[in-house]
Amino acid sequence: MIYFDNAATSFPKPPEVVAAVSRFLSHGGANPGRGGYAGTFASGTILFEARERLAALFGLRDPMRVIFCLNATDALNLAIRGLVAGGDHVITTSLEHNSSIRPLRELEARGVCRLSVLPCRPGRAPDMAALEAMCGKETRVLVACHGSNVFGTVMPLAPLGDFCRRRGLSLIVDASQTAGVVPIDIGREGVDLLAFSGHKSLMGPMGTGALLLADGFDHRRLEPLRVGGTGSDSASLRAPEFLPDRLECGTQNMPGICGLRAALGARREGVDRRKGELVRAFTARARERVAGIRFYVPDESLLTGLVSFNIDGLLPSAVARALEERAGIACRAGLHCSPLAHRSAGTFPTGTVRFSFGLYNTVTEIETAVEALAELAAGRGKE
Amino acid sequence: MNGGGRSVILFASSHHAIWASRLLAARSIAARLVPTPRHLSSECGHAVELPRADAPRAAGALRERGVPFERVAEI
Repeated sequence: MIYFDNAATSFPKPPEVVAAVSRFLSHGGANPGRGGYAGTFASGTILFEARERLAALFGLRDPMRVIFCLNATDALNLAIRGLVAGGDHVITTSLEHNSSIRPLRELEARGVCRLSVLPCRPGRAPDMAALEAMCGKETRVLVACHGSNVFGTVMPLAPLGDFCRRRGLSLIVDASQTAGVVPIDIGREGVDLLAFSGHKSLMGPMGTGALLLADGFDHRRLEPLRVGGTGSDSASLRAPEFLPDRLECGTQNMPGICGLRAALGARREGVDRRKGELVRAFTARARERVAGIRFYVPDESLLTGLVSFNIDGLLPSAVARALEERAGIACRAGLHCSPLAHRSAGTFPTGTVRFSFGLYNTVTEIETAVEALAELAAGRGKE
Repeated sequence: MNGGGRSVILFASSHHAIWASRLLAARSIAARLVPTPRHLSSECGHAVELPRADAPRAAGALRERGVPFERVAEI
């Protein structure tokens, strides 16, 4: 198999991750914070080091502000449902993934908040004047997707952060596609809540993700989605107020977090450069060889290792199926859980074919894919 | 003189105790993680034990770094 679906989850995982998960399951395995014996200390140390590494990667001073979640969707639900209160007006962008637009639309449908969607084009800076015009007295929160999971473009955060600081809004950022590729300093960029998964460019196992609370953010503003056992303040029938326990309860996904910790420790410099090389290798060759291929944003805007395209006269779903059948290529076609983004780019409802490259992909694999696409394009309409 | 005595630092959660033990080790304070003494707290997690003479410096380092702790007790 040639795996070009790293935006869904990175594969394969680094050997350090596989070894760490296996070691934990075979030789570790105690539940952190539950008991005072050596095994719980060892697990607690793994948990703390994973927290500490994430804090360092994203410019957080306090590692207790790293809240482990199941995935980015879980983290975004905690951020959105935990923060948005009755009567709030919330603004989001037209490039969002369903992981944020669905919880927002649900809150809107239940009458909890009013929602406005800022029209954005992939690869273009947000229209700050339009954003300003949308902002009113009740506007409290801005939710923005940092990296488009459809088009591979990146929304600059600093202007949004400045805007939110000036207007007293909280900024929630979905960094699912950028965490591990694009450097993010949440304090410098004015992000209040940063959500991401651990299993994409951070290279950890599925079932990992986190919500980071900026150092200055009052964590009591965030209502927990669930409460329960924390291993702390056990005599109390109420959940603790302090972090991370206020927002993190029950047994954590320790095998997954152990793998994520290992992935963070094994991180190499130049992930962005390598992914950029692979994307450019593909777009350059494809433009030469594949008749009727259409890209949607300029190459210089492709910053996360993924690229969307279509071939004139062929449905994206048919292209993806043919690629798998003829060349063993695994990629994703359709709407990528982001109907708003496709409407913004004019690719709704059929969507696009998406290739998302990972650190283990090679130029040879890309050449194989380009030849397969060239054959498909040459033979279109024959079937 | 209290050179031979020991102290423990008590925390609201094991997360904080582990953070503290690592921070104090980095500051060359001979602190170690121990099960929370039952006569000092009903919590079932960890505390940090250290020489009594080092307790003020340790508490200062924790405050400076923002590591929350409940109290320092002599044992």
